[in-house]
Amino acid sequence: MSAAIRVAGLISLLLFSAQSMAGYQLNMKPGVTSFSQGAYEIHTMVMWICVAIGVVVFGAMLYSIINHRKSKGAVASDFHESTALELAWTIVPFLILIVMAIPATRILLDMEDVSNPDLSIKITGYQWKWNYDYNVGENAQDISFFSNITTPDALHKSTNGGVAKDKDYLIEVDKKLVIPTNKKIRLLITSNDVIHAWWVPAFGVKKDAIPGFINESWINVPEPGIYRGKCAELCGANHGFMPVVVEAKSEADYNAWIASQKAVATAAAASANKTWTKEDLMAQGEKVYATTCAACHQASGAGIPNVFPALKGSAIATGPVAKHLNIVLHGVTGTAMQAFAGQMNDADLAAVITYERNAWGNNTGDMVQPSDVKAAR
Amino acid sequence: MSAVIEEHHDHHDHKPTGIGRWLFSTNHKDIGTMYLWFSFIMFFIGGALALVIRAELFEPGLQFVEPELFNQLTTLHGLIMVFGVIMPAFVGLANWMIPMMIGAPDMALPRMNNWSFWLLPGAFGLLIASLVMSLMGMGSAPNFGWTFYAPLSTTYGPASTDYFIFSVHMMGISSIMGAINIIATIMNMRAPGMTYMKMPIFVWTWFITAYLLIAVMPVLAGVVTMMLTDRHFGTSFFNAAGGGDPVLFQHVFWFFGHPEVYIMILPSFGIISQIVPTFARKKIFGYSSMVYATASIAFLSFIVWAHHMFTTGMPVAGELFFMYATMLIAVPTGVKVFNWVSTMWRGSLSFETPMLFAIAFIFLFTIGGFTGLMLCIVPADFQYHDTYFVVAHFHYVLVTGAAFGIMAGVYYWIPKWTGNMYDETLGKWHFWLSVISVNVLFFPMHFLGLAGMPRRIPDYSLQFAEFNAVASIGAFVFGFTQLIFLYNVIKTARGKTSVKATSQVWEGAEGLEWTLPSPAPFHSFTTPPQVK
Ligand code: HEC
Ligand code: HEM
Ligand SMILES: [Cu+2]
Ligand SMILES: [Cu+2]
Repeated sequence: MSAAIRVAGLISLLLFSAQSMAGYQLNMKPGVTSFSQGAYEIHTMVMWICVAIGVVVFGAMLYSIINHRKSKGAVASDFHESTALELAWTIVPFLILIVMAIPATRILLDMEDVSNPDLSIKITGYQWKWNYDYNVGENAQDISFFSNITTPDALHKSTNGGVAKDKDYLIEVDKKLVIPTNKKIRLLITSNDVIHAWWVPAFGVKKDAIPGFINESWINVPEPGIYRGKCAELCGANHGFMPVVVEAKSEADYNAWIASQKAVATAAAASANKTWTKEDLMAQGEKVYATTCAACHQASGAGIPNVFPALKGSAIATGPVAKHLNIVLHGVTGTAMQAFAGQMNDADLAAVITYERNAWGNNTGDMVQPSDVKAAR
Repeated sequence: MSAVIEEHHDHHDHKPTGIGRWLFSTNHKDIGTMYLWFSFIMFFIGGALALVIRAELFEPGLQFVEPELFNQLTTLHGLIMVFGVIMPAFVGLANWMIPMMIGAPDMALPRMNNWSFWLLPGAFGLLIASLVMSLMGMGSAPNFGWTFYAPLSTTYGPASTDYFIFSVHMMGISSIMGAINIIATIMNMRAPGMTYMKMPIFVWTWFITAYLLIAVMPVLAGVVTMMLTDRHFGTSFFNAAGGGDPVLFQHVFWFFGHPEVYIMILPSFGIISQIVPTFARKKIFGYSSMVYATASIAFLSFIVWAHHMFTTGMPVAGELFFMYATMLIAVPTGVKVFNWVSTMWRGSLSFETPMLFAIAFIFLFTIGGFTGLMLCIVPADFQYHDTYFVVAHFHYVLVTGAAFGIMAGVYYWIPKWTGNMYDETLGKWHFWLSVISVNVLFFPMHFLGLAGMPRRIPDYSLQFAEFNAVASIGAFVFGFTQLIFLYNVIKTARGKTSVKATSQVWEGAEGLEWTLPSPAPFHSFTTPPQVK
């Protein structure tokens, strides 16, 4: 009796503390699209069928564990064969499977129908960021940008401690993927290096981003809002640090956003033609470096021994400019060092190279202008 | 000639001594012992890596290891547990028990037996050396997960990938030779009167497993060889830029990989099918349907591989085929569970440690089977895939399935091996602490996966903090509890327990192995017993 009371006490304690825990989640959420709701529906159905089967099977087992004990004087029967029973428990599960397969097939066929989209977006996985390109298919817009985690310091033990462990920790990006609501959007998903997987649970979409191949999926998001996901396929050291953030906007807000992006692009093009001061280059370079390069080469420029080379004092970052430019533009094939020529504009490239040549005691005094980058491309 | 051989056999019961006994052993019991100890040591190494992983994941933030090292730890943990713990333990049990169960003196191919064991320390030495070198700052150990998907393992793989490839080749050769030996033994060395349909279920499950091994280990060898030539000899099997396809890698890998998961469970099915009748004091329910179910599972395991690849963008017809085929596996698996439950039904049950582990196996493996069924539903798998839900699924089938089966088998047979009864009190402590902590460890992972936590990440956002902390606590309790097991085994082997085992050992046990004295003689059956 007292044992029972203790157990009850323990359970209520657990329940109570479960309630006091912040923000945890036990089950899948239905999400906002027809797929995620379909997935939730079938998940719930199959789970409850399993629970029901479990109750029967485990119930029978518990019954015999309690009642058919030798210590209670149970004597073994000779029950070791029964064709009827064996047929029953082959056929009944088979029927149950059919009951599951029918809705599963219906939901799946709906998901795979990518016909007649209103708009397409190409998503490319990079080690370790996403590129979103609106310049494809129907309603193409000349917009393309990278989406990086906002806290590169979180990626290393030595600097992680300084990053606030708040609600944004590891889930915030500098530029969100912006989409209009109530439009059928086709997603074209691929990769620049290794396999990644683009996943937003609230949409029920998880698709591998495979280098050299393009996968398709689609979404139609009814409600404006922010939707978060993550890369779901192991893609190297910083696989845990490539969040996905999607902002769904009403059509009017979406159009306003498109216009603002075009304005930004025009300004960037203008800045590529002007001559920059060293201070401006260094300031811009530090920003670019932190979002794009620090994941590998470290904020301190020290790299990671045997994995990512140090840029601090490196022969390339302190040697001839042309070689430095070349490696950043074209990368080193077969290594994690990507070709950044297609990823960044002339001004950002000029800034980051200038920064690398003058930061951390690499006092070369060199300055690289956007025009130099343009000439070297 | 045959007279000479017989004469030789007559003086054979004194064992060779010293290190030579082990290095040059051709004896099924000594080799079985070496396999089991090898597996046990690997269990503690793989377990130590897991505890570092769980320590890192105890709370958000990076506390102990850098992300690069984290990936190496998960990779080595997976490889060691799959190839270094579960598989060698099964081969060890097969070595010990199959000759005794079928009434044979030894394995059919004793020298090959020696070689197939002694390849393993080399293979794992190489693999573990790569981690040691990484810790000493000399390059990275394999860091692409135990599934080593291209191009992460080819174009982007660290230099140690070549060690890994060589190591996998050695493991593969070892497994294939072990499997050939088991098939040869079962086909040729059964006692007179032991027809196939009279073989103990453990022998049957291993017989089928051995065929699976012979069918798929060459596929694994093929895929690592393709990696090797992609890395060094200019081929492009898995490189789209050269006309290959990274997804081809996954097809080849999982064509090996899915049968492999059954290689890791069928022998445990066999062990449970030996133990449950003994402690229910009743014949196994539905012997022949057990055999047919095992064979159907083995067959189906060849046509479901792409259920690991639903998110790669297969044609919808492919997704449907692999979903339906995978669902079918639930039918024979269900038959096995129903048969075990019916064996217990109206039996005369007692609950010694082997039976406790067997019962836990039936409960918890079934939970893993349920989540397996959920995973094969494609639209839902899009949400589960590559999350902690999958991690929970395969740990239920592998830890509380395969590994609990092995532990049950060790407790069940160790009196026969050593002639001493193990310490039942310690066995019960080991059981209860394990069964509670393993659920504290793995059950919350279902919630984490459903809430959206991807697998193989060194750090996570705050909404996952609570259940990760709970899982880590469970991990440490589970890990340290295994020291009780180690202690109990050593104590029994050294004869420090008070009770000597009889030849029967368990009141309800049936089968040829229980007709031999405990400890079993060095050469099991020198004259074949007659089976009626
Ligand atoms: C994904 C990881 C990664 C990122 C991000 C990255 N690099 Fe690299 N980088 C490397 C690797 C690996 C090498 C070494 C390549 C080799 O083996 O030669 C390298 C080499 C270099 C070198 C030559 C250094 C030397 O001394 O050999 C320079 C310069 C460089 N990177 C600049 C950059 C710049 C600028 C950025 C950001 C725009 C950047 N890297 C982003 C991984 C990266
Ligand atoms: C009823 C039987 C089972 C079914 C229906 C089933 C189904 C599945 C499915 C669909 C997946 C892929 C999940 C994903 O990645 O999205 C999976 C993963 C896995 N299963 Fe099972 N399974 C079953 C039993 C087993 C058994 C018996 C084992 C081993 C003893 C096992 C070991 C694994 C492993 C190791 C993985 C993970 C592989 C990885 O690293 O991606 N499963 N299972
Ligand atoms: Cu990733
Ligand atoms: Cu599988």
